[in-house]
Amino acid sequence: MSALTIRNLTKTYANGVQALKGIDLQVEKGDFFALLGPNGAGKSTTIGVISSLVNKTGGEVSIFGYSLDTERALAKQKIGVVPQEFNFNQFEKVFDIVVTQAGFYGIPAPLARERAEKYLRQLGLWEKRDKQSRTLSGGMKRRLMIARALVHEPELLILDEPTAGVDIELRRSMWDFLTRINGEGKTIILTTHYLEEAESLCRHIAIIDHGTIVENTDMKSLLEKLQVETFILDLARPVTEEPVLEGFEVWLKDSRTLEVAVPKSQSLNTLFVALADQHFEVMSMRNKANRLEELFVRLVEQNLPGEQAS
Amino acid sequence: MSAREQWVAFLTIVTKEIRRFTRIWPQTLLPPAITMTLYFVIFGNLIGSRIGEMGGFNYMQYIVPGLIMMSVIQNSYGNVVSSFFSTKFQHSIEEMLVSPMPAHVILNGFIVGGMVRGMLVGLIVSLLSLFFTHLSMQHLLITITVVILTAALFALGGFINAIFANKFDDISIVPTFILTPLTYLGGVFYSIDLLPEFWRTVSLANPIVYMVNAFRYGVLGVSDVNVYASLGAILMFVVAFYLLALWLLQRGTGIRH
Repeated sequence: MSALTIRNLTKTYANGVQALKGIDLQVEKGDFFALLGPNGAGKSTTIGVISSLVNKTGGEVSIFGYSLDTERALAKQKIGVVPQEFNFNQFEKVFDIVVTQAGFYGIPAPLARERAEKYLRQLGLWEKRDKQSRTLSGGMKRRLMIARALVHEPELLILDEPTAGVDIELRRSMWDFLTRINGEGKTIILTTHYLEEAESLCRHIAIIDHGTIVENTDMKSLLEKLQVETFILDLARPVTEEPVLEGFEVWLKDSRTLEVAVPKSQSLNTLFVALADQHFEVMSMRNKANRLEELFVRLVEQNLPGEQAS
Repeated sequence: MSAREQWVAFLTIVTKEIRRFTRIWPQTLLPPAITMTLYFVIFGNLIGSRIGEMGGFNYMQYIVPGLIMMSVIQNSYGNVVSSFFSTKFQHSIEEMLVSPMPAHVILNGFIVGGMVRGMLVGLIVSLLSLFFTHLSMQHLLITITVVILTAALFALGGFINAIFANKFDDISIVPTFILTPLTYLGGVFYSIDLLPEFWRTVSLANPIVYMVNAFRYGVLGVSDVNVYASLGAILMFVVAFYLLALWLLQRGTGIRH
């Protein structure tokens, strides 16, 4: 069953900006799905429409089979939304924010308090339950929004850049948490600027740009489309000229650093043999960019309008 | 949502609203108590003793019902306009918009929250007035009905104001330039029968005249206008404002792109 189905979704804002130009999207139940795109591509508008914060201009959206047009209340019961910006009352206490949100879904107070405790504990916020939300750190505020989005136990969780501005340790713990709840059966859709995050967590991915979906596939198939991967090689000894490597593009970045573009058709063994033949000793090697990032940049560049691309 | 779930959601908003205005009681409950006490002391005791009787009552007794209504009006309006605008401003309105709550539940929750504050302040002012004068109750049912309808009407007015407001200035324009003059010219401090014919006729176009007089009739048993016509007019305005507010909320005016 599809957790989310979008058909020919369009959105034109009052100022004439066409944010969505007829997108189609399908997310299966239980999936961990990434929606990627540069700023202004239409990600937040898409999420806004799904979560009923933005009125669509045309098209259809259904959540677990419930149409947003005709069965909006049932559809809304199925989703939890973690927005990009903090959108809770800064003067309310942490516990009250979560319990109140449960109340908006018609959950009676005793059960709401039980659920609030459960999710605040899971997200490491139970000790802060009596604090005003404005006193929390940025990372804690994000976790509070996750707890709030989960309190009515939705089947689909949508996170709009959940780890923006969150330190590495906390980001990793959020990844673990999201992976765990996805493993328990919750469908997750996230947008992120950290492509490593999408590659680590998500099984399917859609890339949106200029209001259209430019790619929609599973992560493995997408990464296979990466024709060239760029590596940084740290050399043992300084050099003055780059080596001649047939079949590879090479740039000498500084006396001890080489950048090599490796086509998918070439093996790394060939590269290292050629380097060894020319007495280049490589001490370490890393990707110039995350693989998905490299592919993302290429896809978005391909989609640029002519005058911008030039 | 089932009726039971809607009831829980409604109570959640009302509780949240009551929690909000009681948390900031020095801003919400204390100022009207101080202001009205000053009115009682200055207009009622000091100046009132020189004015003499009005409508068959001493001046203090005459103005108390109007001052109670003034508190109800200002606080019902003020609570909803500031609370709903704050939820828009902080984007916490999104918490409600993503939930399955129907628009009428959201509207009812805010309106009842505003009414509770208006009526609580009205009660505080009524109790304070007892330190200055004796208050009898001539028509209890009418008194209660007028207070409820007036609180509902101005809570709805505050809600509609907040929907259209884009900045904090926008929520003070109506109370400052419309509500306050209408209240002061609404027969709180005088009987409109004292006015020249022209100004008396003009005063009849002021809806607050009907609310103040209907309430005064409930408490003192005297009124410048027909009480039942007043009740009918207030009820009609409540229905019209409710339908307008609901339509705006369902449409997403000022809150959805």
